[in-house]
Amino acid sequence: MVAFNQLMLSRRRALCTGGALFVSFATSACSSSETTAATGMGSATKPALTPPELDSWIAVKQDNSVVGYFGKVDVGLGIQVAIAQIIADELDVGFDQVSVVMGDTAFTVNQGGASGSTGLELGSVSVRNAAAQARAQLLAMAAAKFGAPASRLTVNDGIVSLADEPGKTISYGDLIGGRYFDYELTWNHKIGNELLVEGTAPLKNHADYRVVGKSIPRADIADKLFGNEVFNTDVRVPGMLHGRMVRPPVAGAIVVKVHPESVQLLPDVQLVVHNNLVGVVAAKEWTAIQAAKLLKIDWSTPKPAFPAEADLYKTIESAKTVGKGGPKPTGDTKATMAAASKTIEATYLWPFQSHASMGPACAIVDVQPDHVTIWTGDQKPHYVRDGVAALLGVPAAKVHAIWLRGPGSYGRNDGGDSAMDAAVLSKAVGKPVRVQYMRIDATAWDPKGPASVHKTSAGIDANGKVVAYHYRSIAFSRENIASHPDDPTQSLAGQFMGMPVSSKQAFDVPDETYDFGVQHLDWEVVPALLDRASPLRTSHLRDPLGPQINFASECFMDELALATNMDPVAFRLKYLKDKRGTVVIEAAAKAANWQPQMGHPGKPQGVLLKGRGMAFARRKDTRVAVIVDVEVDRHTGRVWPRHWFVAHDCGLIVNPNTLRRVIEGNIVHATSRALFEEVAFNPHMVTSVDWLSYPILDIKDAPESINITLINHKDDLPLGAGEPSSRPVASAIANAVFNATGIRFRQAPLTKARVKAAFI
Amino acid sequence: MGKHITLQVDGSSHDFDMADPTTPLLYLLRDDLGLNNPHFGCGLSQCGACTVLVNGTPMRSCVLPATAANDANITTLAGLGTPEHPHPVQQAFIDEQAFFCGYCMNGWVMTAVALVRDKPHATDAEIRHAFSGLKCRCGSHMSIIRAVKRLTEAA
Repeated sequence: MVAFNQLMLSRRRALCTGGALFVSFATSACSSSETTAATGMGSATKPALTPPELDSWIAVKQDNSVVGYFGKVDVGLGIQVAIAQIIADELDVGFDQVSVVMGDTAFTVNQGGASGSTGLELGSVSVRNAAAQARAQLLAMAAAKFGAPASRLTVNDGIVSLADEPGKTISYGDLIGGRYFDYELTWNHKIGNELLVEGTAPLKNHADYRVVGKSIPRADIADKLFGNEVFNTDVRVPGMLHGRMVRPPVAGAIVVKVHPESVQLLPDVQLVVHNNLVGVVAAKEWTAIQAAKLLKIDWSTPKPAFPAEADLYKTIESAKTVGKGGPKPTGDTKATMAAASKTIEATYLWPFQSHASMGPACAIVDVQPDHVTIWTGDQKPHYVRDGVAALLGVPAAKVHAIWLRGPGSYGRNDGGDSAMDAAVLSKAVGKPVRVQYMRIDATAWDPKGPASVHKTSAGIDANGKVVAYHYRSIAFSRENIASHPDDPTQSLAGQFMGMPVSSKQAFDVPDETYDFGVQHLDWEVVPALLDRASPLRTSHLRDPLGPQINFASECFMDELALATNMDPVAFRLKYLKDKRGTVVIEAAAKAANWQPQMGHPGKPQGVLLKGRGMAFARRKDTRVAVIVDVEVDRHTGRVWPRHWFVAHDCGLIVNPNTLRRVIEGNIVHATSRALFEEVAFNPHMVTSVDWLSYPILDIKDAPESINITLINHKDDLPLGAGEPSSRPVASAIANAVFNATGIRFRQAPLTKARVKAAFI
Repeated sequence: MGKHITLQVDGSSHDFDMADPTTPLLYLLRDDLGLNNPHFGCGLSQCGACTVLVNGTPMRSCVLPATAANDANITTLAGLGTPEHPHPVQQAFIDEQAFFCGYCMNGWVMTAVALVRDKPHATDAEIRHAFSGLKCRCGSHMSIIRAVKRLTEAA
């Protein structure tokens, strides 16, 4: 009994009671809201929103429903349901009793937003710990109520029952409903993805899960289909005005003169100009759009910021190195290769790519003298709050970011920038301002996935064994601007307004753990082409760096298999030192009925050429193997990946059907990137401005089937799934195209023009 | 005073004085009627996120001048059905758990409504042809095709 009373004793009440063990011994020095003897269990006052407070994670309402507070967000992959499933099991309530609030900075702590496929792998851990602790607190309350040990209590759907005494039941809601736990968890003092809180309550055995593992559908799909979902683009605030931004026509241009008279015929247009940041504000959205189009500005004519697009990779290879890194080499690759009986090498190329989210980013910001409110669809709302606070020079505590579902998000897209721009406009006009970008702002001006060159080489001994391997990425940094939108100097608004600029220099090497004995994996970063407000500034795009690094490494594995006269599957199984990786490769091969591919496919004849290829990927601890059957049209150059076989291991599976959808989405999105997506530019400007100039996959090119083998580790923790299956897609397609055509394509995307040209 | 027009939107009649006759239909639906769909995706008739049915035909409201829709019957997602009485297409997409972010769904759903009405036994090739040109950035295409086939293969 004492142990349970200690468990339920809150920190605040402990102060009030001078350290006494029992809740009801409150002293008169405590206010009534901090005592519980007369009013039931828990505290009437909600503790401040801090990570260690249990009330920052879980609330029990009087109707016995439960609210989970999740400091990440669901950008469409269904994690809101998965989090509710985890809470339901850990708290012993039904799934339908649980709702999950996401990303609102007034109700959730900063768990990093949607980031790095960590929603379940990291984000759910604290939620689960909190739910387990909440259950223990509730059982302790029930034990006190019944005067019985908690060991005699059972819980079903949030109703606590005393064993062998049928009348003795009480709901969670009756124990604490509408009040607060006021209990402090242990916190690792980190925020963002790494934030972790832990309680003292034991966690449930996975074998006892009843809700986790079930394919519970997403509720938001129906809401959206009936038009009931309020996207962030749908927010309408009283007095709200509409803003649009006016970007320079040429990268690096600055404002020489603004001509307000050019928009004087439009009703009530306000101009906002801070150095080179230019925005227009109007009562009607259509008016703002027209004003942005009509506003005449004299821009400077800077010298060209970019090389010709055709010279992109030459520029990367000849640029100076501003950063480098990689794991310590295992031996001397140069010397080993020099002594090898055969060496092969290859260079792979990957372009800049755009997020090109389905809707241009939108944010509504209301800057009031003492408070700022943001409505954002950005995938990292806490960092949006911090960024806007820093931009406006107000404490983050005075800024409230409300997250709503937005138009797709795959990393640092244009969402963070839109909130900064809206904040500038709102402050200038003193009204809430909604900024939604135009398509050109989203496609030409979003942060880009970096272009890169990857040089691979290997030495093979007289027995046909690979004895040395060198992999080098030479690339623009993964983060010319930070992946979190929390720093105005890393936003378009800040950079147009003249804030200082900086760039982090980082790239990466393959994650897959092949062991070739002597190997050297490293990366070099080259300078950004334009250091301020560049439409080619880089940041995180879905599975940042994964597809491009894997494209080079997994295509080169096939090249090595050919050079050592091995089947690509057998080659990988021979050199991969990763048991879980081996399992997914074998599972994919089995599902596809893989037949060994030995030797060069030659130069197959005919118009429609068919081939099959595979690739493996590891992303953190998630493993994916894919096999694809492609069809290549010699006359048009069209590559059509028709059938996919995916084997996927992301640890414990929380929701199988949703996971299957997520994998399908990754395969299709990554196919789009592998075959179609390449940011076009000329020396002056990005020329990918819409869906014609930045084409993506059309449904005619969608696969016919995606066969998925899920490998479930019921005793493991869940790992990431939002990105890993994007990683091996381009590699597998290129390997399959080689199998079909005998032509090795080492430049992505494998566009029709590029493929057709290779046949001539 | 500009041109006067009347629109029938999801069964209700609305009158507008068009101060600017070039205003696209999208902005009347969103800003004047406060509808949460369709969505702005490109403003160029390239993606379909703004699609509504105009007298039964899927059209891009981002480029269609509202004045050109005078007296027309306009149906948005919200006018197709309700949770209690869903349109078969809405139900099929729910059953298939189609879409990720869902921002694009107006184009796919409205096109599907017209397709299953006009070609209830549409083949895979006809489905892909009907949808060609619509954009989905998250890669929902597989579940979209499956959802439509729930109707065309059952019909």
